[in-house]
Amino acid sequence: MFEGITRGLSEALRKLRGRGRLTPDNIREGLREVRRAFLEADVNFHVVNQFIQRVEAKATGQEVLARVDPAEQIIKIVYDELVALMGPVDPRIPQRADRPVVLMLCGLQGSGKTTTAAKLALTLKERGRKPMLVAADLQRPGAVEQLQTLGSQIEVPVYSERTTPVDVCRNAITAARRQLCDSVILDTAGRLQIDQQLMQELQRIDTLVQPDEIYLVVDAMIGQEAANVAKAFNDALELNACILTKLDGDTRGGAALSIKAVTGVPIKFIGVGEKLDKLEEFVPERMAGRILGQGDLMGVVEKIAAIQKQISEEELKKQQEALAKGDFTLDMFRQQFSLLTKVGMKDLISRIPGMAEMIPEGEDPEIALRRVQGIIDSMTRQERARPEIIDQSRRRRIARGAGVDVAEVGQFLKQFEQMRQLMRQMSQMTLWQRLKMVAGLGQMGAFLPGGLDKIQIKPADASRRKSARERAEERKRRNKKKRR
Amino acid sequence: MLRWLSQKIRSGLAKTRGVFTGVFDLLRGKGKVDQAFLDELEKRLYLADVGTQATSQIVERVRQAFRDKEISGEVETFVKQQLRELLGHEERDIRWSATKPTVILVAGVNGSGKTTTIAKLAKRFQDQGKKVLLAACDTFRAAAVEQLTVWAQRIGCDIVKQQQGANPSAVAFDACERAKARGYDVLIVDTAGRLHTQTHLMKELEKIYHVVGRQIPGAPHEVLLVLDATTGQNALQQAEQFTKVVRCSGIVLTKLDGTAKGGAIFAIKQKLGLPVKFVGVGEQLDDLEPFDPDAFVAALFE
Ligand SMILES: Nc1nc2c(ncn2[C@@H]2O[C@H](COP(=O)(O)OP(=O)(O)OP(=O)(O)O)[C@@H](O)[C@H]2O)c(=O)[nH]1
Ligand SMILES: Nc1nc2c(ncn2[C@@H]2O[C@H](COP(=O)(O)OP(=O)(O)OP(=O)(O)O)[C@@H](O)[C@H]2O)c(=O)[nH]1
Ligand SMILES: [Mg+2]
Ligand SMILES: [Mg+2]
Repeated sequence: MFEGITRGLSEALRKLRGRGRLTPDNIREGLREVRRAFLEADVNFHVVNQFIQRVEAKATGQEVLARVDPAEQIIKIVYDELVALMGPVDPRIPQRADRPVVLMLCGLQGSGKTTTAAKLALTLKERGRKPMLVAADLQRPGAVEQLQTLGSQIEVPVYSERTTPVDVCRNAITAARRQLCDSVILDTAGRLQIDQQLMQELQRIDTLVQPDEIYLVVDAMIGQEAANVAKAFNDALELNACILTKLDGDTRGGAALSIKAVTGVPIKFIGVGEKLDKLEEFVPERMAGRILGQGDLMGVVEKIAAIQKQISEEELKKQQEALAKGDFTLDMFRQQFSLLTKVGMKDLISRIPGMAEMIPEGEDPEIALRRVQGIIDSMTRQERARPEIIDQSRRRRIARGAGVDVAEVGQFLKQFEQMRQLMRQMSQMTLWQRLKMVAGLGQMGAFLPGGLDKIQIKPADASRRKSARERAEERKRRNKKKRR
Repeated sequence: MLRWLSQKIRSGLAKTRGVFTGVFDLLRGKGKVDQAFLDELEKRLYLADVGTQATSQIVERVRQAFRDKEISGEVETFVKQQLRELLGHEERDIRWSATKPTVILVAGVNGSGKTTTIAKLAKRFQDQGKKVLLAACDTFRAAAVEQLTVWAQRIGCDIVKQQQGANPSAVAFDACERAKARGYDVLIVDTAGRLHTQTHLMKELEKIYHVVGRQIPGAPHEVLLVLDATTGQNALQQAEQFTKVVRCSGIVLTKLDGTAKGGAIFAIKQKLGLPVKFVGVGEQLDDLEPFDPDAFVAALFE
């Protein structure tokens, strides 16, 4: 995925490597790839062209940096520009003293308004506020019941009455005051932006209730229409922000750029699942990576960053020094692992392209991880610091301690050695190269036993190694034997 | 030939036409088929979500056939023909089973319009004198069962349901039994919206598919993928993955009453051979039309 754009660009810019300047001609060739990537990501056609022009202007004349791939240099410019355009983000939800703050959600049919309303209510509740949901969709069958069900799931009151959307909203504010709610979320019916009558209905609610914030809820899978939809809703209602839903799929989500570029309305939150806790703050860096076709790589990088934050500063510094020297120890490895399990390996794995396939069918990734932990935990401190001293008899002892096969211990040590070499290589890399490396590691399942086989540092005796699945089967057989 | 176009879809397509009108004007303009002309054609296709592959294919063909020639009626015919060819020529009717009941499984991503489309189909079949049964297999989304129940009441057809959280395969099983026992002509199965990337949910769908097949030989006779016309290039991935898991036999393209063009169907047809069978043109029961590609392309340039 990540390769998608970089490979094409590298191809186009190969001749640039070394010295020279980025000129309009050679840049244009490279930017054709960027353009294609953007169009495939559903960025609006006009927005793409404007964007490409900006990048062209920025890139032209820039020195080609020594030892940096010109393609990467262009991607960096594109990436920075994307981030700048989609940011900044303000995840705060206003509060006011005189009356409940009113948030209104609107958007096309099926974009995710009702679900998002409940997600927002939950977010507010978690922030210690007292939200109320308002069922202002009297149009679609089951819409009110849907909101009521969601409301009861998160124990948030839902206001509804079978009158008109305008009356519901107005009366809800009074009810909210009476129930001492400090935030009111209006869930309106889905509508087309060209439906005059229904757009006027929203404007009437706007005039009468004067919401503090109006959010447009947009399905992230939307195509070229994103620009028109956002513009029409913004013209009618002066939007404060936009919420992109269904980003848990594999859509590239070019709408994020289109909407911001066309209307200036920032994206505030994203929906990443049907469950009510699946609302996240919008992170332009992540979105930029996604639009460029890196999958959710930035999400992974971010997560790893979060993990590293948990490690004490001192520890981090020690590790970095050790890393630079190539001294990646099993202790560090073990620490990374337990942190990985802490943040939820499943979640992480699902975000790394190709990772899921590496786990033997039926085996829980966390269990696979725990086996590795078991191996490391059965080692002495000395062994962990200097794995090269682990001879056959030590291996046997460790295997016994961890309840695994001796061969498995050997296998793991071999993989660890490969990873150590990788780490050494990585310490000499540029950021972009490292990023690519992480992507590669992800695809190879670097965090899993067996996964590293696929990374060829030296074309070693790969033929003798067993796949993750084969080993899982062996394990099953073994366990069966034990039970008998 | 255009009689199938109700007023509703006409107004829907009028907006669809909006974008293509540019092509039309372009085609009727003066001058030569030069780079500027081709760029303009490309733009119109992109804005209609036709996508990179199909767009470059059409543009390239026009370039090869007409480069530097005068713009003429021939160019117009050619472009239309290209678009029409991409849509294919297969049967677009429901594949009725020789023995009762015909089972139609409806699937798609979240919020694409499955439940509403089912209501419209049920109404349509009932108007044709058929005895219709609905299966509420979306047991996941809040009030999904209630939504389908309201539609069933309005149409006056029967529905098989369980409480929210029930096993969807079990509901499908019950529905099949009921459909066989009571001599229904059609059983339409509603399923929960799911993203094609969610492996476990796709497995769940596959299970429903197999349960239906075990209860009624040859079923499901029709697997309709409901696609929101507003969707961009992700539509292709959706079609690909759903087809892989439950062998889709056709597409219902919804929300064509908006300004979206649904241009992704060209690429889907090309890559997967999946034809559009119906289009949704509104939220009401009568807002469903059979898809006629000739009329569709013609209407685009009307
Ligand atoms: N996967 C995923 N599904 C979502 C997300 N947000 C909403 N959905 C699903 O999308 C579908 C439509 O969501 P709703 O909240 O009903 O959308 P709506 O905009 O209120 O729809 P209307 O009121 O009919 O216009 C439901 O199946 C939701 O569960 C998300 O972030 N990810
Ligand atoms: N304008 C328009 N709206 C439509 C059309 N078809 C469905 N809708 C609306 O789109 C929204 C979602 O429709 P549903 O039928 O609930 O979609 P679904 O696929 O069953 O949704 P989930 O079960 O939540 O995945 C509703 O507000 C429908 O009224 C159409 O052809 N045109
Ligand atoms: Mg709703
Ligand atoms: Mg539904």
